[in-house]
Amino acid sequence: MTQIVNVSRRTFLKGASVATGGLVLGVSIPVFDAVGQQVAPAQPGRLNTFVQIDPDGTVTITLHQAEMGQGVQTSLPMIVAEELEADWSKIKVVQAAAVPVNGMEPAAMGTGGSRSVRVNFEPLSKAGATARQLMVQAAANRWAVPVSECTAKNGVVSHPSGKTETFGNLARGAALLTPPQNVPLKAAADRKLVGKPTNRLDARAHATGAAVFGIDVGMADLLVGTVVHCPVFGGKLKALDPAPAMAVRGVLRVIPKDDYFIVVATGFWPAKKGAAALAPQWEPGPNAKNATATIDTAMQAALKKPGAVAVDRGDTKSAAKSVKKSFSATYQVPFLHHATMEPMNATAWVQGEKIEVWAPTQNAGRERYSIAEEFKVRPENVNIHVPYMGGGFGRRIGMGFIRPAIVASQAMGKPVKVIWTRQEDMTHGMLRPCALSKLTAGLDEAGLPALWDNRLVVPSIAEQLTPARILNGVDPISVFGADAPRYSLPNQKLDYAMPQAGVPLGFWRSVPHSYNAFFIESFIDELARETGKDPVAYRRSLMTAYPRHLAVLERAAKEAGWDTPPPAGHGRGIAVHESFGSICAQVVELTMPSPATIRLVKLTAAVDCGIAVNPRGIEAQIEGGMIFALTAAMFGRIDIKDGAAVQRDFDTYRMVLMPQVPPVSVHIMEGGPIGGITEPGVPPLAPALTNAIVAAGGKRIRKLPLMDEGIGFA
Amino acid sequence: MAFSIKVNGSQHTVDVDGDTPLLWVLRDSLGLTGTKYGCDAGICGACTIHLGGVVTRSCAVTAQDAGDREVITIEALGDSHPLQNAWVEGDVSQCGYCQAGQIMTAAALIAGGAKPTDADIDKAMTNICRCGTYNRIRAAIKRASGQV
Repeated sequence: MTQIVNVSRRTFLKGASVATGGLVLGVSIPVFDAVGQQVAPAQPGRLNTFVQIDPDGTVTITLHQAEMGQGVQTSLPMIVAEELEADWSKIKVVQAAAVPVNGMEPAAMGTGGSRSVRVNFEPLSKAGATARQLMVQAAANRWAVPVSECTAKNGVVSHPSGKTETFGNLARGAALLTPPQNVPLKAAADRKLVGKPTNRLDARAHATGAAVFGIDVGMADLLVGTVVHCPVFGGKLKALDPAPAMAVRGVLRVIPKDDYFIVVATGFWPAKKGAAALAPQWEPGPNAKNATATIDTAMQAALKKPGAVAVDRGDTKSAAKSVKKSFSATYQVPFLHHATMEPMNATAWVQGEKIEVWAPTQNAGRERYSIAEEFKVRPENVNIHVPYMGGGFGRRIGMGFIRPAIVASQAMGKPVKVIWTRQEDMTHGMLRPCALSKLTAGLDEAGLPALWDNRLVVPSIAEQLTPARILNGVDPISVFGADAPRYSLPNQKLDYAMPQAGVPLGFWRSVPHSYNAFFIESFIDELARETGKDPVAYRRSLMTAYPRHLAVLERAAKEAGWDTPPPAGHGRGIAVHESFGSICAQVVELTMPSPATIRLVKLTAAVDCGIAVNPRGIEAQIEGGMIFALTAAMFGRIDIKDGAAVQRDFDTYRMVLMPQVPPVSVHIMEGGPIGGITEPGVPPLAPALTNAIVAAGGKRIRKLPLMDEGIGFA
Repeated sequence: MAFSIKVNGSQHTVDVDGDTPLLWVLRDSLGLTGTKYGCDAGICGACTIHLGGVVTRSCAVTAQDAGDREVITIEALGDSHPLQNAWVEGDVSQCGYCQAGQIMTAAALIAGGAKPTDADIDKAMTNICRCGTYNRIRAAIKRASGQV
């Protein structure tokens, strides 16, 4: 249960930075990792979120969730302001830093898994409601009237007698009160702000260039470095002559390390120029011969052998007897890179035992302890400040982009910002694993799958980052989305193998759902066509046990005009997938001016995320997720050659651009428990796209990206 | 060596190597960080500025090649340029990193009261937005140019 702490009332906090004479409430909100495993429980003594009302009426909300484009610094304050009955124009948002708060260890901080709104909704609602109740109580005390006669609205408490007082003028009084526990929350029908399309609070800062991203962090005496890693994953630095870099004007130091080196200079350009002048000798190590083709061979070999059993439901053996017809198809996707617009970077200032870091990180809470451990200092000596992130998508996790800044600052005795070049960023990602799936269905007389067999082969993220999560040979981070298709499949098997990739793997927006939705929703479409059924009707016959999912599917179909025949030459494809607690269905409508080209006509999405806090933000996230997925489906592929990533910039790792994007409509539904929103827009797009290509008379695409299958934009 | 460079109406002298891209002169020498580093190859457009009135990728022009042409950056637009207002009203940005470059490209497109068509927008707006805000960018350009 959420505990609300009146920080301002605690006498030992007097004079602390957060106590400014107004009311300060603190909350500890639990933290989850990128795929939803709780990594830190709520800890009442260790706070990570604050609601502060100053005597001038400003409501400052300090959030531990980081902003990387997903809009949490708008949607989360809306939740507080709703229950607080705050004046929205008085809301100010502050990004929490992973620093000790008033001498206490900070509670954990981490942003991922489309969790921010889901996890924060209840505690932030309670914090807002508690603060409102304290405002009302402070007013009642001042006027000597019963609390029950006072009401709060738009930042003002009023009494039927005509008395009114602003939150600002009540803040000092409220600061002395004991927070009531279990203040009731509003009924959904009474919400005014939650559910109202609301513009981002940081929109102006973005539009003026004033927003400070990690790469923009500045301070006196700041040096700038760049880092060059061994091109071959797992290789080491054997020898490095620093002289050619030192000859570049502005270069101050070359710092060789085990598997990388840093060039520190007075600015980024001399650092980059210095790095380019060097001729490092690398020891390529065990992955020297690793290549896309050899990984593919291992994947195909794994597919032919029995894997670890992830799912075995019903009785697949007996079901085999009732099968009238079998159908099988194999699907494949490549490695993908996040390609955040802001390249990896971090700034550090090491002063003796104290390490101050400014890092655009999704995981400040954990990294604080990682830094303490690696650099052998006490955690209370490590502070991490979190600037805006120019995209995250799951890439900004781990020590990889923080470490070089600390190493450089230690060496220089000054603050140092280390910026990766785009080429370094793209060749040293934490890649979305490649994946392979062979699906087999045994169809009964009605053409429905009496038998469902999925053989999934995916190099394991967990094996590299969280080995403890692997159970009986199954990495749950690889199988989510394939382990429980939302169709009635009475007899189903999923087995799984995890060959070695020889490259660092990581969490890429929607993680395994990004490929499992492509596999399953392509296959279901193939089954529908194989049995001569309409893809929506076929799904409907398998979804009676999943009414929410069916409702989302039917909403997307309706909005896309599914029941009206498309204009001649147009094809429509549909897909539906649940991920991160939300259900999203999408329809792609396109034409094929030639067998090798597509032109998108329109994209339609329906999403059920339970509670729609900020519909305008939800539309943005679903639409953005679809474009992100479109880029991957059309162009996304990182190749490995001689142990290294091949693609180095946006010329070979292409992005969807303005002319290729058709009108997009997003239809929001509210049904069950609150769901996530940043990732669920990604998974359905690729299968809806390839299903549409078939509908338009094109070929069935079972391997992404489309450019490798000879299909591009018209 | 020292270069004299005119940025947003002010003359500056910067001491950098001649091959230093304007992007890094702006960011590291002059502290104008609204112009972003994205790809180093003139592709993504995050570093878009106006050079002598022409939309330019600032990573692809060196300090010595800039000559006496004036550099205009996002900072010169202030905080309530019609495009900035349209970007805010249309809730365009997500991560926001590419948006200064997008706005600088769009600023040339609507300059002098021009009302760009969809085809004009498609042709001019070659900047990458990884968050996929393209439709809202298009709508904001139309709004800022008085077409909606």
